[in-house]
Amino acid sequence: MKARHKRFGLIAVGLILLVIAAVLITNSFRSNLVFFFTPTQVEQGEAPKSGSFRIGGLVESGSLKRLSDGLHVQFKVTDTAKTMLVEYKGILPDLFKEGKGVVAEGKLSASGLFEASQVLAKHDENYMPPEAAAAIEAAKAAKAKEGVK
Amino acid sequence: MIPEIGQFSLILAFCFAIVQGVFPLIGVWKNHGPLMNLAVPAARAQFLFIAIAFVCLDYSFYANDFSVLYVASNSNSHMPLAYRLAALWGGHEGSMLLWVSMLAVWTIAVTLFVKDLPETFRIRLISVMGLVSIGFLAFVIFTSNPFERLIPAALDGRDLNPLLQDPGMVFHPPVLYMGYVGFSVAFAFAIAALLDGRLDITWARWTRPWTTVAWVFLTLGIAFGSKWAYYELGWGGWWFWDAVENASFMPWLVGTALIHSLAVTEKRDAFKVWTVLLSICAFSLSLLGTFLVRSGVLTSVHAFATDPGRGLFILIYLVVVIGGALLLFAFKAPSVGLGEKFDVVSRESMLLSNNVVLLAAAGSVLLGTMYPLLMDALGAGKISVGPPYFNAVFVAIMAPGLFLMGLGPLAKWKKASLPEIGTRLRVAAIISVVSALLVPFMMGKLTLMTAIGVFLGIWVVSTSLILLINRIKLRQSASTNLLENMQGIPPAFYGMLLAHCGIGVFILGVTLVKGYEFEQDLRMEVNDVATVGALSFKFEGAQEIQGPNYTSSQGTFKVSNAGKEITLLHPEKRFYPVQGSMMTEADIHAGVFKDLYVSLGEPLENGAWSVRIYVKPFVQWIWAGAILMALGGILALTDKRYRIANKRAAKQAQAAQEAFEA
Repeated sequence: MKARHKRFGLIAVGLILLVIAAVLITNSFRSNLVFFFTPTQVEQGEAPKSGSFRIGGLVESGSLKRLSDGLHVQFKVTDTAKTMLVEYKGILPDLFKEGKGVVAEGKLSASGLFEASQVLAKHDENYMPPEAAAAIEAAKAAKAKEGVK
Repeated sequence: MIPEIGQFSLILAFCFAIVQGVFPLIGVWKNHGPLMNLAVPAARAQFLFIAIAFVCLDYSFYANDFSVLYVASNSNSHMPLAYRLAALWGGHEGSMLLWVSMLAVWTIAVTLFVKDLPETFRIRLISVMGLVSIGFLAFVIFTSNPFERLIPAALDGRDLNPLLQDPGMVFHPPVLYMGYVGFSVAFAFAIAALLDGRLDITWARWTRPWTTVAWVFLTLGIAFGSKWAYYELGWGGWWFWDAVENASFMPWLVGTALIHSLAVTEKRDAFKVWTVLLSICAFSLSLLGTFLVRSGVLTSVHAFATDPGRGLFILIYLVVVIGGALLLFAFKAPSVGLGEKFDVVSRESMLLSNNVVLLAAAGSVLLGTMYPLLMDALGAGKISVGPPYFNAVFVAIMAPGLFLMGLGPLAKWKKASLPEIGTRLRVAAIISVVSALLVPFMMGKLTLMTAIGVFLGIWVVSTSLILLINRIKLRQSASTNLLENMQGIPPAFYGMLLAHCGIGVFILGVTLVKGYEFEQDLRMEVNDVATVGALSFKFEGAQEIQGPNYTSSQGTFKVSNAGKEITLLHPEKRFYPVQGSMMTEADIHAGVFKDLYVSLGEPLENGAWSVRIYVKPFVQWIWAGAILMALGGILALTDKRYRIANKRAAKQAQAAQEAFEA
């Protein structure tokens, strides 16, 4: 085999590997994208019926309930327009508080309950997760629009 | 008064940075001696005034001067002294001052250690460091002044975020920043070399130790951060693929590639253009990381409340620095020669594939980190990329690279023979395959991922040992004294072996903890016992205790193995009244083979608590591996070659000068 052939072979192998890698990466990327929805969007049925997504908003005051086993908790998340019920098993983060911002990742059950696999709260007193803030902004904007009508 | 002195010093430092960054470059261009000679004194003056500013701010923390807004927002008179001093980098303004201070430390180190380099190159190098500094000082002075007064003064401070009140706060940020900023030196070397038209072996030899030091700091900084997250966040994770972690990991990946490509440039005079590009990339990613962390686009413990003006400033700075560097690269790179040829199977091509793998990994991390931000900026909705993406893609890309890591160091430069390498590595292959089957079997469960992980970990370590044996054998023709032979091998070689073994140890840690960790959230009443295999955790109740600036419920757990008591664990749930926030302090019994980890959730009725119990096998190996890598880097730095090279280059330059004058 001449040097030139060798080089062609090498380039071809390199390109094939590159294509395979690119396909694998984009596939894995697509299947792991998690989209974000506000409670209003969920109410309107925009969220996926199966598969994970994120919701965000404020934890409604007085809505936090601990179920009898001591580990399952339920609370309501609101974007000030619509509310949805969230259930989570496990220990809530330290900064989780009623009346404060929260983001949860999980799935909708058949009954419309949001079963969270992960709950993220803000990291300090003055800080609101951007997703939660965006959800409330969107609800406010929608309200303002209706007011005009 | 003190804060005003600090602010004034910062402004003076800014002026000196302009002197350092602009005039000497003009001097070199116009061949004007006095202007060129400004570089070193200006750099030292800049360092002095930044140091004064730093001390002034930390003094304000020390003295609890709550008339300074930044101190009032990040400290509290009840906080222990060490945390008050470390609170300097607990918020946005101070951490930018830390950035600038680190840059000043690197600059002063450059002025002290590069005395022997040719004059124009040295002047350009220091000037480029000055240019980098101008931008950041302007950022601190105009958008993030840490010395701003608060009138009237606060009675007491708002306290530091309780998450940050931890010994990790004292070490993690400075060490990480030292690494981040350290790539500015490699960057300045690359730019100076492009300007000087001096991309050759000596340039690579000068850059190498600086790059290695920065890499050592970055490695340690990331490892400290990971360890801190492990015990502080209370859910036992050590890496979350959080955007801020990724921001520090990408420069590390590219920096690792740079270290290897510099080796090729130094030894074979090849890969020159590529090495320059990597130097620019590594620093650009450091800057991008700063942008991500400091602009407030991310939700993270690292992101401080921010205003958009700052993000815009950093973005513009980013575009100027990276754009300028790439433009210069585009103009100058074509004139650089190609270097020596090499065969398909050779050390060079092995190192090239190392670079491709590391860059592909960095690229996939970049995609996952930036895509959600881009989508958000374009108004296409809020998206996040889950850890499964990073895990799958990163492992798939790195695994072949790790396999090649065993072959590469054994391949000869220019042209190597695969069958020969294969014969040499037969023993390593057998050991690795046997361990890949045996270790998971001993741990109780064999899965494909654990088998692959153990194989790669053992493979990297065993091939390194075989490499060492080979190297000693090579020398045996000269002398039969084993000790003498071992001493004859340069420290850089041992450094490489140690760092590679560190990777192996790290992989074993990751594989075993991922494959065999056990976690459980449960409700425990007083005297309840939870069992995990032969281990039992007995909850003996929780009691109130009082800390300096918090109150705490401290639980007591008696941990026994097959009835024999191992240890008492005291996890805490703390309440910090100033910020009104709760904090989980896990308690960990760390061991070589496993960590026992208990943290308290919430108090339930009748003294019962929700409790989280983890058993994490081999988790400490993760950080031990990182420390081995750093030690390897330090060992490589002690190589005599770098000092001799500097002296020799100085002599040659001097001889050339004399010949020119004669």
